[in-house]
Amino acid sequence: MPGEVASTTLPVVVIGSGLAGYALAREFRKLDAETPLLLLSRDHAGFYSKPMLSNALAGQKTAASLLMKPAEKMASELKADVGAGVSVSAIDTTARTVTTGDDEVIAYRDLVLALGADPIRPPLAGDAADAVLSVNDLDDYARFADALEGAKSVAILGAGLIGCEFANDLLHRGITPTVLDVADRPLSRLLPAEASAWLRVRLEAAGVSFRLGVAASRVDRVDGGGLRLTLSDGGALRADRVLSAIGLQPRTALAAAAGIEVARGITTDRLLATSAPRVYAVGDCAEVLGLNLPYVMPLMQQSRALAATLCGRPTPVPYPAMPVMVKTPACPTIVCPPPPGATGAWQVMSSADACEARFVGADGRLLGFALLGAATSKKQAWVVEVPAWLAD
Amino acid sequence: MKQYVCLVCGFIYDEALGMPEDGIPAGTLWADVPANWECPDCGVSKADFEMVAI
Repeated sequence: MPGEVASTTLPVVVIGSGLAGYALAREFRKLDAETPLLLLSRDHAGFYSKPMLSNALAGQKTAASLLMKPAEKMASELKADVGAGVSVSAIDTTARTVTTGDDEVIAYRDLVLALGADPIRPPLAGDAADAVLSVNDLDDYARFADALEGAKSVAILGAGLIGCEFANDLLHRGITPTVLDVADRPLSRLLPAEASAWLRVRLEAAGVSFRLGVAASRVDRVDGGGLRLTLSDGGALRADRVLSAIGLQPRTALAAAAGIEVARGITTDRLLATSAPRVYAVGDCAEVLGLNLPYVMPLMQQSRALAATLCGRPTPVPYPAMPVMVKTPACPTIVCPPPPGATGAWQVMSSADACEARFVGADGRLLGFALLGAATSKKQAWVVEVPAWLAD
Repeated sequence: MKQYVCLVCGFIYDEALGMPEDGIPAGTLWADVPANWECPDCGVSKADFEMVAI
Protein backbone atom coordinates (compact mmCIF):
# COMPACT_ATOMS: atom_id res chain seq x y z
CA MET A 1 0.00 0.00 0.00
CA PRO A 2 1.37 3.47 -0.86
CA GLY A 3 2.65 5.36 2.13
CA GLU A 4 3.03 2.23 4.21
CA VAL A 5 6.22 0.87 2.74
CA ALA A 6 8.21 1.16 5.94
CA SER A 7 5.66 -0.62 8.10
CA THR A 8 5.35 -3.56 5.72
CA THR A 9 9.00 -4.49 6.09
CA LEU A 10 8.51 -5.64 9.67
CA PRO A 11 7.27 -9.21 10.00
CA VAL A 12 4.15 -10.60 11.49
CA VAL A 13 5.60 -12.77 14.23
CA VAL A 14 3.75 -15.86 15.44
CA ILE A 15 4.89 -17.57 18.63
CA GLY A 16 3.91 -21.21 18.50
CA SER A 17 3.77 -23.80 15.72
CA GLY A 18 0.85 -25.90 16.86
CA LEU A 19 -2.42 -26.04 14.98
CA ALA A 20 -3.29 -22.48 15.95
CA GLY A 21 0.02 -20.96 14.87
CA TYR A 22 0.07 -22.79 11.55
CA ALA A 23 -3.64 -22.25 10.88
CA LEU A 24 -3.19 -18.52 11.36
CA ALA A 25 -0.09 -18.53 9.17
CA ARG A 26 -1.89 -20.44 6.44
CA GLU A 27 -4.95 -18.19 6.50
CA PHE A 28 -2.77 -15.08 6.56
CA ARG A 29 -0.81 -16.25 3.53
CA LYS A 30 -4.01 -16.81 1.60
CA LEU A 31 -4.67 -13.09 1.92
CA ASP A 32 -1.18 -11.59 1.97
CA ALA A 33 1.66 -13.18 0.02
CA GLU A 34 4.15 -10.40 0.70
CA THR A 35 4.41 -9.39 4.34
CA PRO A 36 7.30 -11.21 6.01
CA LEU A 37 6.04 -13.94 8.31
CA LEU A 38 8.09 -15.45 11.11
CA LEU A 39 7.03 -18.40 13.24
CA LEU A 40 8.96 -19.18 16.37
CA SER A 41 8.66 -22.55 18.05
CA ARG A 42 10.42 -23.98 21.02
CA ASP A 43 10.12 -27.48 19.54
CA HIS A 44 10.88 -28.97 16.10
CA ALA A 45 8.14 -26.83 14.49
CA GLY A 46 6.99 -29.70 12.31
CA PHE A 47 3.31 -29.80 11.42
CA TYR A 48 1.17 -32.53 12.92
CA SER A 49 -2.41 -32.89 14.02
CA LYS A 50 -2.73 -32.76 17.79
CA PRO A 51 -6.26 -34.25 17.77
CA MET A 52 -4.82 -37.36 16.14
CA LEU A 53 -2.51 -38.06 19.07
CA SER A 54 -5.32 -39.60 21.10
CA ASN A 55 -6.33 -42.08 18.43
CA ALA A 56 -3.00 -42.83 16.85
CA LEU A 57 -2.49 -46.30 18.31
CA ALA A 58 -5.53 -47.60 16.45
CA GLY A 59 -3.96 -46.56 13.17
CA GLN A 60 -0.59 -47.96 14.26
CA LYS A 61 0.92 -44.53 13.82
CA THR A 62 4.31 -43.57 15.13
CA ALA A 63 5.53 -40.14 16.06
CA ALA A 64 7.42 -40.16 12.76
CA SER A 65 4.36 -41.01 10.69
CA LEU A 66 2.22 -38.45 12.56
CA LEU A 67 4.64 -35.71 11.53
CA MET A 68 3.02 -34.60 8.31
CA LYS A 69 5.41 -31.86 7.29
CA PRO A 70 8.74 -30.88 8.78
CA ALA A 71 9.50 -27.24 9.55
CA GLU A 72 11.41 -26.68 6.29
CA LYS A 73 8.47 -27.83 4.20
CA MET A 74 6.08 -25.60 6.16
CA ALA A 75 8.46 -22.68 5.72
CA SER A 76 8.58 -23.09 1.96
CA GLU A 77 4.82 -23.66 1.61
CA LEU A 78 4.01 -20.62 3.69
CA LYS A 79 6.86 -18.48 2.40
CA ALA A 80 7.70 -17.93 6.03
CA ASP A 81 10.73 -18.11 8.23
CA VAL A 82 10.26 -20.85 10.79
CA GLY A 83 12.54 -20.78 13.79
CA ALA A 84 12.62 -24.23 15.36
CA GLY A 85 14.03 -24.69 18.82
CA VAL A 86 13.59 -21.00 19.59
CA SER A 87 12.09 -20.06 22.93
CA VAL A 88 10.82 -16.56 23.52
CA SER A 89 11.85 -15.14 26.86
CA ALA A 90 10.22 -11.72 26.78
CA ILE A 91 7.87 -9.43 24.90
CA ASP A 92 8.29 -5.65 24.92
CA THR A 93 4.90 -4.33 23.90
CA THR A 94 6.13 -0.73 23.78
CA ALA A 95 9.19 -1.31 21.61
CA ARG A 96 7.21 -4.04 19.76
CA THR A 97 9.93 -6.62 20.04
CA VAL A 98 10.33 -10.16 21.29
CA THR A 99 13.53 -11.44 22.86
CA THR A 100 14.58 -15.02 22.29
CA GLY A 101 16.37 -17.33 24.68
CA ASP A 102 19.57 -16.51 22.77
CA ASP A 103 19.02 -12.79 23.45
CA GLU A 104 18.14 -12.07 19.87
CA VAL A 105 15.74 -9.12 19.65
CA ILE A 106 13.14 -9.33 16.89
CA ALA A 107 10.87 -6.43 15.98
CA TYR A 108 7.32 -7.20 14.93
CA ARG A 109 4.63 -5.41 12.96
CA ASP A 110 2.03 -7.59 14.67
CA LEU A 111 2.54 -10.35 17.20
CA VAL A 112 0.34 -13.43 17.44
CA LEU A 113 0.50 -15.54 20.58
CA ALA A 114 -0.34 -19.15 19.70
CA LEU A 115 1.28 -20.59 22.79
CA GLY A 116 -1.05 -23.46 23.51
CA ALA A 117 -1.73 -24.94 26.91
CA ASP A 118 0.04 -27.15 29.40
CA PRO A 119 -1.45 -30.31 30.84
CA ILE A 120 -2.52 -29.77 34.43
CA ARG A 121 -0.37 -31.94 36.66
CA PRO A 122 -2.30 -33.63 39.43
CA PRO A 123 -0.79 -33.21 42.90
CA LEU A 124 0.66 -36.65 43.56
CA ALA A 125 2.92 -38.03 46.25
CA GLY A 126 4.96 -41.21 45.92
CA ASP A 127 8.27 -42.27 44.45
CA ALA A 128 6.83 -42.71 40.94
CA ALA A 129 4.94 -39.41 40.71
CA ASP A 130 7.51 -38.28 38.15
CA ALA A 131 6.79 -41.35 36.00
CA VAL A 132 3.25 -40.16 35.30
CA LEU A 133 2.93 -39.52 31.58
CA SER A 134 0.91 -36.94 29.71
CA VAL A 135 0.49 -36.44 25.97
CA ASN A 136 0.22 -32.83 24.91
CA ASP A 137 2.41 -32.72 21.81
CA LEU A 138 4.18 -34.95 19.33
CA ASP A 139 7.32 -35.36 21.44
CA ASP A 140 5.15 -36.45 24.37
CA TYR A 141 3.48 -38.96 22.08
CA ALA A 142 6.85 -40.43 21.12
CA ARG A 143 7.70 -40.90 24.80
CA PHE A 144 4.26 -42.34 25.51
CA ALA A 145 4.49 -44.84 22.64
CA ASP A 146 7.94 -45.93 23.82
CA ALA A 147 6.68 -46.30 27.38
CA LEU A 148 3.89 -48.61 26.23
CA GLU A 149 6.39 -51.24 25.12
CA GLY A 150 5.78 -54.22 27.37
CA ALA A 151 2.89 -52.56 29.23
CA LYS A 152 -0.26 -54.59 29.83
CA SER A 153 -2.25 -52.06 31.83
CA VAL A 154 -2.49 -48.27 32.00
CA ALA A 155 -4.24 -46.17 34.61
CA ILE A 156 -5.64 -42.95 33.16
CA LEU A 157 -6.26 -40.02 35.45
CA GLY A 158 -9.29 -38.13 34.16
CA ALA A 159 -12.47 -39.40 32.45
CA GLY A 160 -12.89 -36.35 30.26
CA LEU A 161 -12.54 -36.16 26.51
CA ILE A 162 -8.83 -36.94 26.31
CA GLY A 163 -8.92 -39.62 29.01
CA CYS A 164 -11.77 -41.46 27.31
CA GLU A 165 -10.13 -41.17 23.90
CA PHE A 166 -6.82 -42.60 25.11
CA ALA A 167 -8.63 -45.37 26.97
CA ASN A 168 -10.39 -46.42 23.79
CA ASP A 169 -7.17 -46.13 21.81
CA LEU A 170 -5.16 -48.28 24.21
CA LEU A 171 -7.58 -51.15 23.59
CA HIS A 172 -6.17 -51.33 20.07
CA ARG A 173 -2.80 -52.20 21.56
CA GLY A 174 -4.27 -54.92 23.75
CA ILE A 175 -3.67 -52.80 26.83
CA THR A 176 -6.24 -52.74 29.62
CA PRO A 177 -7.07 -49.15 30.58
CA THR A 178 -8.57 -48.14 33.90
CA VAL A 179 -9.94 -44.61 33.96
CA LEU A 180 -10.16 -42.73 37.26
CA ASP A 181 -12.03 -39.52 37.93
CA VAL A 182 -13.25 -37.61 40.94
CA ALA A 183 -16.54 -37.18 39.09
CA ASP A 184 -18.97 -40.07 39.25
CA ARG A 185 -19.25 -40.51 35.47
CA PRO A 186 -17.25 -40.05 32.25
CA LEU A 187 -17.46 -36.79 30.28
CA SER A 188 -19.25 -35.30 33.27
CA ARG A 189 -18.67 -31.75 32.10
CA LEU A 190 -19.96 -32.36 28.59
CA LEU A 191 -22.79 -34.88 28.84
CA PRO A 192 -25.97 -35.23 30.86
CA ALA A 193 -25.89 -38.14 33.31
CA GLU A 194 -27.94 -40.53 31.18
CA ALA A 195 -25.67 -40.04 28.18
CA SER A 196 -22.57 -40.54 30.36
CA ALA A 197 -24.05 -43.81 31.55
CA TRP A 198 -24.78 -44.86 27.96
CA LEU A 199 -21.17 -44.10 26.98
CA ARG A 200 -19.77 -45.84 30.03
CA VAL A 201 -21.59 -49.10 29.35
CA ARG A 202 -20.24 -49.22 25.81
CA LEU A 203 -16.67 -48.37 26.76
CA GLU A 204 -16.82 -51.00 29.48
CA ALA A 205 -18.13 -53.55 27.01
CA ALA A 206 -15.15 -52.75 24.80
CA GLY A 207 -12.75 -53.38 27.68
CA VAL A 208 -12.32 -50.07 29.53
CA SER A 209 -12.56 -50.13 33.32
CA PHE A 210 -13.69 -47.13 35.34
CA ARG A 211 -12.91 -46.18 38.94
CA LEU A 212 -15.11 -43.17 39.54
CA GLY A 213 -15.59 -40.83 42.46
CA VAL A 214 -11.94 -41.22 43.42
CA ALA A 215 -8.66 -39.43 42.88
CA ALA A 216 -5.17 -40.86 42.98
CA SER A 217 -3.12 -39.46 45.82
CA ARG A 218 0.15 -41.43 45.41
CA VAL A 219 1.96 -43.36 42.74
CA ASP A 220 4.71 -45.69 43.91
CA ARG A 221 6.97 -48.21 42.27
CA VAL A 222 6.32 -51.82 43.09
CA ASP A 223 9.13 -54.30 43.61
CA GLY A 224 9.36 -56.42 40.52
CA GLY A 225 7.96 -53.76 38.21
CA GLY A 226 4.80 -51.81 37.73
CA LEU A 227 3.18 -49.04 39.71
CA ARG A 228 0.73 -48.84 42.55
CA LEU A 229 -1.76 -45.99 42.81
CA THR A 230 -3.16 -45.10 46.19
CA LEU A 231 -6.69 -43.79 45.89
CA SER A 232 -8.58 -41.20 47.90
CA ASP A 233 -11.14 -43.78 49.01
CA GLY A 234 -8.45 -45.87 50.64
CA GLY A 235 -8.31 -48.32 47.76
CA ALA A 236 -5.37 -49.10 45.53
CA LEU A 237 -4.81 -49.91 41.90
CA ARG A 238 -1.95 -51.63 40.10
CA ALA A 239 -0.95 -50.52 36.63
CA ASP A 240 2.13 -50.74 34.47
CA ARG A 241 1.91 -47.08 33.44
CA VAL A 242 -0.03 -43.98 34.50
CA LEU A 243 -1.28 -41.38 32.04
CA SER A 244 -2.62 -38.08 33.29
CA ALA A 245 -5.39 -36.39 31.30
CA ILE A 246 -7.09 -34.13 33.80
CA GLY A 247 -7.20 -30.97 31.75
CA LEU A 248 -5.32 -28.10 30.20
CA GLN A 249 -4.01 -24.83 31.57
CA PRO A 250 -3.57 -22.05 28.98
CA ARG A 251 0.00 -20.78 28.78
CA THR A 252 -0.20 -17.22 30.03
CA ALA A 253 3.12 -16.59 31.79
CA LEU A 254 4.91 -14.96 28.85
CA ALA A 255 2.01 -12.58 28.26
CA ALA A 256 1.52 -11.81 31.94
CA ALA A 257 5.22 -11.00 32.34
CA ALA A 258 4.85 -8.50 29.50
CA GLY A 259 1.96 -6.79 31.29
CA ILE A 260 -0.66 -8.23 28.95
CA GLU A 261 -3.97 -8.95 30.65
CA VAL A 262 -4.62 -12.59 31.43
CA ALA A 263 -7.36 -14.44 33.25
CA ARG A 264 -7.77 -18.17 32.73
CA GLY A 265 -6.21 -17.57 29.30
CA ILE A 266 -4.78 -14.53 27.56
CA THR A 267 -7.82 -12.31 27.37
CA THR A 268 -8.91 -10.90 24.03
CA ASP A 269 -11.82 -9.15 22.43
CA ARG A 270 -13.63 -10.50 19.37
CA LEU A 271 -10.81 -9.25 17.15
CA LEU A 272 -8.51 -11.58 19.11
CA ALA A 273 -6.70 -8.44 20.27
CA THR A 274 -5.07 -8.57 23.69
CA SER A 275 -4.73 -5.59 25.98
CA ALA A 276 -1.47 -4.64 24.22
CA PRO A 277 -1.58 -2.90 20.84
CA ARG A 278 -0.78 -5.15 17.87
CA VAL A 279 -0.61 -8.26 20.05
CA TYR A 280 -3.17 -11.00 19.41
CA ALA A 281 -3.86 -14.45 20.84
CA VAL A 282 -5.34 -17.55 19.19
CA GLY A 283 -5.93 -21.17 20.06
CA ASP A 284 -5.71 -22.92 23.40
CA CYS A 285 -3.94 -19.97 25.10
CA ALA A 286 -6.65 -17.45 24.19
CA GLU A 287 -9.68 -16.47 26.24
CA VAL A 288 -12.00 -14.71 23.85
CA LEU A 289 -14.71 -12.74 25.64
CA GLY A 290 -14.35 -15.11 28.58
CA LEU A 291 -14.42 -18.26 26.43
CA ASN A 292 -11.39 -20.56 26.44
CA LEU A 293 -12.25 -23.31 23.98
CA PRO A 294 -9.39 -25.76 23.40
CA TYR A 295 -10.82 -27.36 20.28
CA VAL A 296 -9.94 -27.22 16.60
CA MET A 297 -13.04 -25.55 15.23
CA PRO A 298 -12.74 -22.41 17.37
CA LEU A 299 -9.13 -21.97 16.39
CA MET A 300 -10.01 -22.26 12.71
CA GLN A 301 -12.63 -19.55 13.16
CA GLN A 302 -10.13 -17.42 15.04
CA SER A 303 -7.43 -17.91 12.41
CA ARG A 304 -9.66 -16.82 9.53
CA ALA A 305 -10.93 -13.77 11.38
CA LEU A 306 -7.50 -12.72 12.60
CA ALA A 307 -5.92 -13.21 9.18
CA ALA A 308 -8.43 -10.73 7.75
CA THR A 309 -7.88 -8.33 10.63
CA LEU A 310 -4.11 -8.47 10.08
CA CYS A 311 -4.74 -7.58 6.43
CA GLY A 312 -6.55 -4.39 7.35
CA ARG A 313 -10.12 -5.69 7.52
CA PRO A 314 -11.04 -5.84 11.21
CA THR A 315 -13.13 -9.02 11.50
CA PRO A 316 -14.79 -10.13 14.75
CA VAL A 317 -14.46 -13.87 15.25
CA PRO A 318 -17.74 -15.72 14.67
CA TYR A 319 -18.50 -18.73 16.84
CA PRO A 320 -21.23 -20.77 15.21
CA ALA A 321 -22.44 -23.80 17.14
CA MET A 322 -19.29 -25.90 17.21
CA PRO A 323 -19.83 -29.60 17.92
CA VAL A 324 -16.94 -31.52 19.44
CA MET A 325 -16.17 -35.00 18.14
CA VAL A 326 -15.19 -37.43 20.87
CA LYS A 327 -12.92 -39.95 19.19
CA THR A 328 -14.10 -43.07 20.99
CA PRO A 329 -14.85 -45.52 18.17
CA ALA A 330 -16.31 -47.99 20.68
CA CYS A 331 -19.02 -45.39 21.23
CA PRO A 332 -19.03 -42.60 18.64
CA THR A 333 -19.94 -39.40 20.46
CA ILE A 334 -20.59 -35.83 19.37
CA VAL A 335 -21.25 -33.04 21.84
CA CYS A 336 -22.42 -29.54 21.06
CA PRO A 337 -22.31 -28.01 24.53
CA PRO A 338 -24.85 -25.36 25.47
CA PRO A 339 -23.34 -21.91 25.99
CA PRO A 340 -21.91 -21.33 29.50
CA GLY A 341 -24.63 -20.14 31.82
CA ALA A 342 -27.46 -21.08 29.46
CA THR A 343 -30.66 -21.92 31.28
CA GLY A 344 -32.52 -24.97 30.16
CA ALA A 345 -32.74 -28.68 30.68
CA TRP A 346 -31.48 -31.86 29.06
CA GLN A 347 -33.96 -34.20 27.46
CA VAL A 348 -32.48 -37.61 26.78
CA MET A 349 -33.81 -40.43 24.62
CA SER A 350 -31.90 -43.63 24.29
CA SER A 351 -32.28 -47.04 22.74
CA ALA A 352 -29.97 -50.02 22.35
CA ASP A 353 -28.01 -48.46 19.51
CA ALA A 354 -28.46 -44.70 19.89
CA CYS A 355 -28.62 -42.01 22.51
CA GLU A 356 -29.66 -38.45 21.79
CA ALA A 357 -29.77 -35.62 24.27
CA ARG A 358 -31.19 -32.17 23.62
CA PHE A 359 -30.46 -29.20 25.82
CA VAL A 360 -33.58 -27.10 25.44
CA GLY A 361 -33.91 -23.51 26.63
CA ALA A 362 -36.92 -22.02 28.37
CA ASP A 363 -38.28 -20.81 25.03
CA GLY A 364 -38.11 -24.32 23.58
CA ARG A 365 -35.05 -23.64 21.44
CA LEU A 366 -32.33 -26.24 21.01
CA LEU A 367 -29.24 -24.74 22.69
CA GLY A 368 -26.98 -27.79 22.68
CA PHE A 369 -26.99 -31.51 22.16
CA ALA A 370 -25.17 -34.78 22.50
CA LEU A 371 -25.41 -37.63 20.02
CA LEU A 372 -24.03 -41.09 20.69
CA GLY A 373 -23.89 -44.31 18.73
CA ALA A 374 -26.11 -44.40 15.66
CA ALA A 375 -27.53 -40.97 16.58
CA THR A 376 -24.29 -39.31 15.47
CA SER A 377 -25.68 -39.30 11.92
CA LYS A 378 -28.03 -36.52 13.04
CA LYS A 379 -25.26 -34.02 13.67
CA GLN A 380 -25.70 -31.94 10.52
CA ALA A 381 -29.46 -31.77 10.94
CA TRP A 382 -29.26 -30.69 14.57
CA VAL A 383 -26.34 -28.31 14.42
CA VAL A 384 -28.18 -25.90 12.12
CA GLU A 385 -30.89 -25.51 14.78
CA VAL A 386 -28.45 -24.36 17.46
CA PRO A 387 -27.90 -20.59 17.64
CA ALA A 388 -24.38 -19.23 17.29
CA TRP A 389 -22.46 -18.32 20.43
CA LEU A 390 -21.03 -15.28 18.67
CA ALA A 391 -23.04 -14.38 15.59
CA ASP A 392 -21.46 -13.16 12.36
CA MET B 1 -13.53 -43.28 -6.20
CA LYS B 2 -10.94 -41.84 -3.86
CA GLN B 3 -10.76 -40.76 -0.27
CA TYR B 4 -9.41 -37.51 1.06
CA VAL B 5 -8.25 -36.94 4.61
CA CYS B 6 -8.37 -33.73 6.60
CA LEU B 7 -4.83 -32.75 7.53
CA VAL B 8 -5.97 -31.28 10.79
CA CYS B 9 -8.41 -33.71 12.36
CA GLY B 10 -8.29 -36.90 10.32
CA PHE B 11 -11.84 -36.69 8.93
CA ILE B 12 -12.09 -38.70 5.71
CA TYR B 13 -14.14 -37.59 2.72
CA ASP B 14 -15.09 -40.67 0.72
CA GLU B 15 -16.24 -39.86 -2.81
CA ALA B 16 -18.31 -43.03 -2.91
CA LEU B 17 -20.30 -41.96 0.15
CA GLY B 18 -20.37 -38.19 -0.34
CA MET B 19 -21.91 -36.19 2.49
CA PRO B 20 -25.66 -36.47 1.82
CA GLU B 21 -26.53 -34.77 5.13
CA ASP B 22 -24.34 -31.85 3.97
CA GLY B 23 -26.00 -31.65 0.56
CA ILE B 24 -23.24 -33.54 -1.25
CA PRO B 25 -24.66 -36.65 -2.91
CA ALA B 26 -22.91 -40.02 -2.83
CA GLY B 27 -20.51 -40.33 -5.73
CA THR B 28 -19.54 -36.65 -5.77
CA LEU B 29 -15.93 -36.33 -6.89
CA TRP B 30 -13.69 -34.32 -4.64
CA ALA B 31 -13.10 -31.94 -7.53
CA ASP B 32 -16.84 -31.22 -7.58
CA VAL B 33 -17.16 -30.50 -3.88
CA PRO B 34 -17.68 -26.73 -3.57
CA ALA B 35 -14.53 -24.72 -2.82
CA ASN B 36 -16.20 -23.14 0.20
CA TRP B 37 -16.97 -26.53 1.75
CA GLU B 38 -15.40 -27.03 5.16
CA CYS B 39 -14.46 -30.12 7.11
CA PRO B 40 -17.56 -31.01 9.14
CA ASP B 41 -15.47 -32.07 12.10
CA CYS B 42 -12.97 -29.24 12.47
CA GLY B 43 -13.85 -26.51 10.01
CA VAL B 44 -10.70 -26.41 7.89
CA SER B 45 -11.29 -25.47 4.28
CA LYS B 46 -11.27 -27.78 1.28
CA ALA B 47 -7.82 -26.49 0.33
CA ASP B 48 -6.41 -27.91 3.56
CA PHE B 49 -7.47 -31.47 2.84
CA GLU B 50 -4.98 -33.90 1.35
CA MET B 51 -5.59 -36.80 -0.94
CA VAL B 52 -5.30 -40.32 0.34
CA ALA B 53 -4.92 -43.19 -2.07
CA ILE B 54 -7.06 -46.21 -1.26
